[in-house]
Amino acid sequence: MGLQATTSQTVGPFFQIGLARFYIDDLTGPGVSGEKIEIEGRVFDGAGEPVPDGVIEIWQADAQGKYAHTESSRELEGIEENDSHAKEHAQAQRGLGAFRGFGRVPTQADGSFRFKTIKPGRVPAPDGTLQAPHIAVSIFTRGLLRRLVTRIYFPDEPSNAEDFTLKLVEVGRRHTLIAKKLHDRRLEWNVVLQGADETVFFDC
Amino acid sequence: MMQSMAKFRGYRRADPGTQPDHLHPPYVSSVKRAPSKPLVCLPHTLSEVTGPSFDSFAIDVKASDLTRQHAGEPVGERIIVRGRVLDEDARPAAHTLIEVWQANAAGRYRHNVDQHNAPLDPNFEGSGHTLTDEHGNFRFITIRPGAYPWRNHYNAWRPAHIHFSVFGPAFATRLITQMYFPGDALLPFDPIFNCTADEKARNRLISIFDWETTVCEQALGYRFDIILSGRDSTPWEK
Repeated sequence: MGLQATTSQTVGPFFQIGLARFYIDDLTGPGVSGEKIEIEGRVFDGAGEPVPDGVIEIWQADAQGKYAHTESSRELEGIEENDSHAKEHAQAQRGLGAFRGFGRVPTQADGSFRFKTIKPGRVPAPDGTLQAPHIAVSIFTRGLLRRLVTRIYFPDEPSNAEDFTLKLVEVGRRHTLIAKKLHDRRLEWNVVLQGADETVFFDC
Repeated sequence: MMQSMAKFRGYRRADPGTQPDHLHPPYVSSVKRAPSKPLVCLPHTLSEVTGPSFDSFAIDVKASDLTRQHAGEPVGERIIVRGRVLDEDARPAAHTLIEVWQANAAGRYRHNVDQHNAPLDPNFEGSGHTLTDEHGNFRFITIRPGAYPWRNHYNAWRPAHIHFSVFGPAFATRLITQMYFPGDALLPFDPIFNCTADEKARNRLISIFDWETTVCEQALGYRFDIILSGRDSTPWEK
């Protein structure tokens, strides 16, 4: 018998005290290459009211489809767990780039949030295909006893049709995961926590 | 490529009842915010088995001692909270970021939304962070937080608690939770503490009074271990 994961609890209304130090709304910066984009949106509850006390975290690959993480290398995926020498070598080869891939912002009084980042590259899926470009999202708010997990995909992406994860979602709900183009580099992606046009959330 | 993919491993899912459902009507705020449609099961991909690291950030030692962030000492009962961050196979989560926040000894948060008429403490911010060491150990010095009223139902009071945010090695292991104190008379009445069906699972949110952590003539010690999802033992197969 192993241990059992600790049970989740709500972030509550006062998370700003603890989480503000690592608010990161701009993932671009010196040395970060790729297509710069801005993603903005609002979070709504089941009554259509904005959620002013939520915090959104994003995690994404860089423009080349690499995560700033030691497991992010196709080489590494092929190395057996017990082959530690080969794994260390592959990790040393990789190193960490300028792009860290993590963002965190609170929602504002009108439920809005905004990130500046770069469009991520494609990363491998477990079945050997390449995933469509996407951003992994965690949502925490007062009232949510555990986080909600969802994804942001990009409009005008032919690869969406073949995406490993999107294919698991019923066709009529996929649009909730795909950002809308506002203009040039600005994208809109809203979150509906509950109701008819509820955003697709994943059991992660 | 197909050959290498056969070795891909995700993280384990929670045992039934050990994590809260999104909808828990006694906690009124969940009623309009819990999703109404079933969650879509997401087989973990590289996006979920990777995650952010913070070990290159400069972490101030003072950030883990909440009693020394101002000129004077905060009012209240000084305590030490110590623990380890492990996965379900007891492997330590090394160098992972832990963030904490809490009310002061009077039960008041330093936050503009908190309208409780208890006093603020000019010497207490109520927030801290640290990185675990290579064995997953962490340690905070703080003040025992007070209970405070909220408007969930008539005469509702939250038991004393400290909020904990932990990353672990992957997006899949991200966890935010709350630590409680042993013997708190409010625990049986708190809809947030009681949102988890499995009694043993929710009781693990109660820290353990610990003589080994207690420092003579300084502070009582409490132990709170945080367990994150473990890695699947068998590779994902198509």
